[in-house]
Amino acid sequence: MVNTTPLWEVFIRPRNGLAHKHVGSLHAADEVMALQAARDVYTRRGEGNSVWVVPSAAVTASDPDQAGENFEPTGEKIYRHPTFYEIPEEVGNM
Amino acid sequence: MYSQGLIGADGRTDETPEFLEAFQQRIDAEDKIEPNDAMPEGYRRTLVRQIGQHAHSEIVGMLPEGNWITRAPSLRRKAALLAKVQDEGGHGLYLYSAAETLGVSREQMTEELHSGKAKYSSIFNYPTLSWADIGTIGWLVDGAAIMNQIPLCRCSFGPYARAMIRVCKEESFHQRQGYEIIMTLAQGTDAQKEMAQDSLNRWWWPALMMFGPHDGDSEHSDQSMKWKIKRFTNDELRQKFIDATVPQAEYLGLKIPDPELKWNEEKGGYDHGEIDWNEFWSVVKGNGRMNRDRIKARRAAWDNGAWVREAATAHAEKRRARKMAAE
Ligand SMILES: [Fe+2]
Ligand SMILES: [Fe+2]
Ligand SMILES: [Fe+2]
Repeated sequence: MVNTTPLWEVFIRPRNGLAHKHVGSLHAADEVMALQAARDVYTRRGEGNSVWVVPSAAVTASDPDQAGENFEPTGEKIYRHPTFYEIPEEVGNM
Repeated sequence: MYSQGLIGADGRTDETPEFLEAFQQRIDAEDKIEPNDAMPEGYRRTLVRQIGQHAHSEIVGMLPEGNWITRAPSLRRKAALLAKVQDEGGHGLYLYSAAETLGVSREQMTEELHSGKAKYSSIFNYPTLSWADIGTIGWLVDGAAIMNQIPLCRCSFGPYARAMIRVCKEESFHQRQGYEIIMTLAQGTDAQKEMAQDSLNRWWWPALMMFGPHDGDSEHSDQSMKWKIKRFTNDELRQKFIDATVPQAEYLGLKIPDPELKWNEEKGGYDHGEIDWNEFWSVVKGNGRMNRDRIKARRAAWDNGAWVREAATAHAEKRRARKMAAE
């Protein structure tokens, strides 16, 4: 068996106040090297001020084949949206 | 790992005058504070208390409305109410998660709610006696919550501000479905109109109390304003709420139960009668009609849910063992 270098998912916070956002991934032997590599690869042009690395193997993703049953029913639940309720113009913003 | 080993989480931030000064400068410059940043212990403590209280309010707030789900007068109303109560559960989750970034555990917060050490909004210690109350809650209680929560979207602590942005996006539906209920009743039969008026009579003053004591009597207000955890004082928010709500009541033909309520041209807002602060403090101290019931219901939910948590852990363990055996 070939010993592969683990894969890491990289998240960057553009600036304080914003959430970390997924930007890509990279290979590194451990979390310390992963952080260093992420900093080198993904923040060369002021992209952010904070980095998270997460082992890709630790990410559990939903099954694309089940996207329909997972996400379609919400489309019918129109009563979850403010526009479903009729508020007369005169009452103003609500 | 993210919320552990934080600077100051052990209460040992070295709070030199230079550190406090530099922290205040960041706040003044509208810089956001994130969980791994150094922060004064008081800032952390204030946020843990406030976010925890807010989270508890979302969760306890599900009880008075949940009381009417099975008795909603139509499928439309039932679907809407169910969706609203579901949202409130979600709001509790966003907020508990924001508090957890400060190094406090969910278990500890739950424990403090159950023991009475942590508070939640007093409004939920009033009973929901009629269907009209479901309308009034959406209109007034969610309306007051929105007034409070919109400025919190700009709170200096990043995770709280981000949670509030999500929450505020969901609140508008809550208020509108409530107003629609009340409007339907107010335009209905005499008995329905009366039901709407009776409900407004019971909820108006408690809704005003949601903004907390007068500015002069508010314990944490000054420091919270300085740290930009709060952006407006209690009285400022209460005034905004009254000014927005009175015309909405007028449109319905309902009467606000305050004989001293009067438009004040000079200040461009309404003057109003004094709030019964004895009632407020009495309810805060546990003597409201529903205080005991609410905590009893939360404890029961926790205790009766224990077997579910245990079963889930056992199931996960079994699945892990099966997977290992297969490898
Ligand atoms: Fe909520
Ligand atoms: Fe809320
Ligand atoms: Fe709400």
